[in-house]
Amino acid sequence: MFPIIETKEIAKNVYLQRIQAPRVAKKRKAGQFLVLRRTENGERIPLTIVSSDVGEGSVTIIFQAVGKSTTEFARMQPGDAYLDVVGPLGLATHIEKFGTVVGIGGGIGAAPLLPIATAIKEAGNRLLSIVGARTKDLLILEDEMRAISDEIVITTDDGSYAKKGFVTTALQEFLDRGEKIGLCIAIGPVPMMRAVAEVTRPHGIKTMVSLNPIMVDATGMCGACRVTVGGTTKFVCVDGPEFDGHQVDFKELVMRNRAYLREEKVAMERIEHKDGKCMGGATTPAGGGN
Amino acid sequence: MADATPKPRPKRVILPRQPMPEQPPQVRVGNFREVPFGLTPDLAILEASRCTQCKNPLCVKGCPVSVQIPEFIDLVAKGKFIEAARKIKETNALPAVCGRVCPQEEQCEMPCVLGKKGEPVAIGRLERFVADFERVTGNVEIPRVGAPTGKRIAVVGAGPAGLTVAGDLVQIGHDVTIFEALHKPGGVLMYGIPEFRLPKAIVQAEVDYIRKLGAKLECNAVIGKSITIDELLDEEGFDAVFIGTGAGLPYFMNIPGENLIGVYSANEYLTRANLMKAYLFPESDTPLNKATNVAVVGGGNVAMDAARTAKRMGAKNVYLVYRRSKKEMPARVEEVHHAEEEGIEFHLLTNPIGYHGDDESRVIEVECQKMELGEPDASGRRRPVPMKGSEYKLPVDTVIVSIGNGANPLVPSTTPGLDTNKWGNILADQETGKTSKKGVFAGGDIVIGAATVILAMGAGRKAAAAIHEYLKTGAW
Repeated sequence: MFPIIETKEIAKNVYLQRIQAPRVAKKRKAGQFLVLRRTENGERIPLTIVSSDVGEGSVTIIFQAVGKSTTEFARMQPGDAYLDVVGPLGLATHIEKFGTVVGIGGGIGAAPLLPIATAIKEAGNRLLSIVGARTKDLLILEDEMRAISDEIVITTDDGSYAKKGFVTTALQEFLDRGEKIGLCIAIGPVPMMRAVAEVTRPHGIKTMVSLNPIMVDATGMCGACRVTVGGTTKFVCVDGPEFDGHQVDFKELVMRNRAYLREEKVAMERIEHKDGKCMGGATTPAGGGN
Repeated sequence: MADATPKPRPKRVILPRQPMPEQPPQVRVGNFREVPFGLTPDLAILEASRCTQCKNPLCVKGCPVSVQIPEFIDLVAKGKFIEAARKIKETNALPAVCGRVCPQEEQCEMPCVLGKKGEPVAIGRLERFVADFERVTGNVEIPRVGAPTGKRIAVVGAGPAGLTVAGDLVQIGHDVTIFEALHKPGGVLMYGIPEFRLPKAIVQAEVDYIRKLGAKLECNAVIGKSITIDELLDEEGFDAVFIGTGAGLPYFMNIPGENLIGVYSANEYLTRANLMKAYLFPESDTPLNKATNVAVVGGGNVAMDAARTAKRMGAKNVYLVYRRSKKEMPARVEEVHHAEEEGIEFHLLTNPIGYHGDDESRVIEVECQKMELGEPDASGRRRPVPMKGSEYKLPVDTVIVSIGNGANPLVPSTTPGLDTNKWGNILADQETGKTSKKGVFAGGDIVIGAATVILAMGAGRKAAAAIHEYLKTGAW
């Protein structure tokens, strides 16, 4: 069993959770994820590891309660425990000195961005950050990202806070002022990652994206998470989760992530009707974006 | 008046092979319960009495773990079922599993002398019967294990190979820890082979037996990720490591449309159905496509399992698309027979060449091509050759690609000094399981490629003996 140390809502329907998982805490590196399962009939949900505390033996995750499983995760409090925590999984982010790096986190994507951006900064890079959200209530990790960034731009789609516009607007402004960008890392909703990749493509700026497809075992055994990168099929769980954004078939990824929409609806209706009795259902795996 | 004809010499009556009762096809396609009910005690005694107790029992030679077959069958014939179970367990820690999934027709039963003129003794069914009898009657005895040796062994993977190694070594008195990547032990027995062919409660009971012998089990430990082999040896204090990670990397055909929604690897389909219990959805959280028309690509046991699972998940039509003819199918005859009985429609000498989807990228049809058999290939089977102009389409809403599995690179890629072949299989000595890295042994599918449960167990048995020897002498 893997006990919960802390659960807190850090934005509307977005939760931070600290879980006791010493083996994972000890091994994990920036960019890696874990898999959680709450109950005997529960599904395996992949989520990015945001940080770890080796001394405490804990890992921190941040996720949005979007489906049945993540809604149930959000209700877990100290005293509760996950049945299974597996990790760290996936390849760690490749960190080196790139010069100036632009880190972009959209919505919940700021959570997986934080550990990567931290490692990038620690490697001696100049870090320009863009953190965006649809609206002010959904913005997360502004202070944490600000603390590690040489410069940060916050955007909201509706202009309810900071700069009005998309993350790509801010990225374009960096380009317009002549920034020499060695690497761009973009993590967030698929349309955002695709849009960022299109902005950087004509400039030949290497752009890495972190993908969150549906997974089952997350160890390379099932192939549920396959994605086309540069014309070949890759398994995100073992070959990723980060890939060259200029090579990823985003259209296919969007479609594949919609595979179980009907089932997710059935599951959510059940949990809403049972009001907390949690009898079963489905959710978008990687609801928190890994 | 005296009978003039001379009395015939008393001749041994050879009974026919006793049938094993099973669920009728039309009933069983509506449930996930086990298909055969197993032999009754009376049938088991009758069947056991068919054994001629050969002086030179060829059946034992046909068994990869050398079960003392005539001895256990003799005990069954005498009604000593518990004793028979213990006799098997002297060399096979998983008899209830093996009695169900071993290909006995190619192993112990093939050389049986009764098979020369009639049908061989049903060794597998008898093994299954006594193992079930022992378990169901609560008579499973935990044998005394050897005095602690002070040596620690890490077993990577709680599948058939790993469980066998663990069972053997812990009985000698070694301290054994099994590391399993998934949340449940059993490997392919748990995630791959369906409930209706191998009930999960039975797998659990056999794993529990290994644990009661004293083996420790740590689930959710992905060796190569959570811990590396070097860390097991250098930091966690293990004296030897056995790698039995299986063949867990699904092959796809790389044909157009293979990433459409509804196209699964057999591993994914079966893992969702078995390990994650998708057939209970929404009581269970993991879903599976609700399909009406399913195409399963392949002709092995896994393909049969996938096809029969799809039928039970409610599919109206299940097509098995296989590029060779029935004769070349690698699946067991019994599995093919069960699949046919359950209404699986075989499209033989047929190969998929692409899939088409709707505007939501859900698969709606598979494009097939007829094949004919040409010259034999490297496997000795005649090579299928496409027939021009023979293309046709099958409407489907789920496809299950079941064309085999390769070696998962997680362990080899994180273990310096561990050599693999060009397919990624770990190079290990066939007799000892020794790899290129001192103190590290390997066996089962990760070494020989996707094969059978019992071959993995056979490799585990040999590796356990070699590990014991290594721990005694330190010689590599």
